[in-house]
Amino acid sequence: MNLTTPLGDEVLDLRAGDRVTLTGTIYTARDEAHLRMMEEGIPFDPVGAAVYHCGPVVRDGRLVVAGPTTSARMNALTGFLIDAGVRALIGKGGMGPEVVEQLRGRAVYLAFTGGCAALAAARMSLSGVYFEDLGMAEAVWIIEADHLPLTVGIDARGGDLFSAVREKAKTQFHQRFNIR
Amino acid sequence: MTHPADPALLRALAIATEKALLEAEIRLPTDVLAALRRAAAAERNEVARQEFALILENIALAGERQVPICQDTGVPVVYLTLPPDVPFTPDLFAGIREGVRRATTAIPLRPNVVDPLTRENTGDNTGAGMPAVHVVFGDRLTVTVLPKGAGSENASRIGMLLPSQAADIPRFVAETMLIAGGKPCPPVFLGVGIGGTFDGAAALAKEALLLPVDTMDDYEQEICDAVNALGIGPMGLGGETTALAVKVKRRDCHTASLPVAVNVQCWACRRATVEVER
Repeated sequence: MNLTTPLGDEVLDLRAGDRVTLTGTIYTARDEAHLRMMEEGIPFDPVGAAVYHCGPVVRDGRLVVAGPTTSARMNALTGFLIDAGVRALIGKGGMGPEVVEQLRGRAVYLAFTGGCAALAAARMSLSGVYFEDLGMAEAVWIIEADHLPLTVGIDARGGDLFSAVREKAKTQFHQRFNIR
Repeated sequence: MTHPADPALLRALAIATEKALLEAEIRLPTDVLAALRRAAAAERNEVARQEFALILENIALAGERQVPICQDTGVPVVYLTLPPDVPFTPDLFAGIREGVRRATTAIPLRPNVVDPLTRENTGDNTGAGMPAVHVVFGDRLTVTVLPKGAGSENASRIGMLLPSQAADIPRFVAETMLIAGGKPCPPVFLGVGIGGTFDGAAALAKEALLLPVDTMDDYEQEICDAVNALGIGPMGLGGETTALAVKVKRRDCHTASLPVAVNVQCWACRRATVEVER
């Protein structure tokens, strides 16, 4: 299934584990950008938007490489984006239980393969930037994505692939090392 | 008294450092590729197979486009091997720093080095204590680079175990990945440093990542199996491959201590060695 931004209610039907592609405008944001947006407001229209946890390498106005960063760093900084209408978060590693609740009935978390930065750039072009003073890694870059390959990590019904895997891992660990 | 190093030598060091970084950032070493391909072929979990396919496609694309494998081009960790005829003088570091600056512009690398508290970026991947340079003695003058990304470095861990807890080392390593989950971009390589001092164990764990990863001894295999039993899988999405290899380095330690450090390395175990031309 291919998703196109701006996103709408179609994201609510996705299930954790589904494979999708995403086409359209996405906005990068890491720790510093989230803090700035909380202070000064969101510089783009957040309704139906997709936010990408990414700090790319950019040269001469072009994306060189642009893979995902660890999303969990933004666990405590995400609620205001979902409240404003953001429909998808893209990143790696999953997010905390508070975010799973914030997404419920509203938005999804899409996992992109960590380290696949050359592949990402091959399917993206750069169209602008906000907060450039935050530096290359922390600025909000406006990117046009073309069929970015993603896995639904957290769906809008509380389904969380990462926490299911984590729970299993915990059980395995306790069994193997005889921890009661 | 110390003699300043020959300016020609510093230039050669800068060139070698830049070359090593270019190689490391764009192409993975053959032993790392072999470990990845072997695990990809053996993996049976459907989501994990897809993650492997994207990883292998990404590695090929980085080579074709001559761009870094990952946008987190890391902080430069450098191992300088000094032969007996090169005097160990502090200004050798100047050559390496210059090489890092040039690589940052030429490749390009993402400027990742910041002040720890103000978070102000230095802009060129050098700074106080950066690049991290370790000097070892050997026969030839070589520069080895190990650019280290933050996702996996942040999941690394050190424990001051009790001397009676040697049997708990595999558990400590597995627990490190249990805590880390998908955050360090598994499948990972794990460098394990056992013994030495508090600081020495961490350095040893990082050095273990320089060892060839296409073979493991029985002890390393035992720890690797314990980690893979967790089922965390590529990117924490589940699967049979959580660790591609575990490499262990040991050093003697105090009779009352058992330091154990685990340096987590994402699947992109980037490293390269270049001989300095003189």
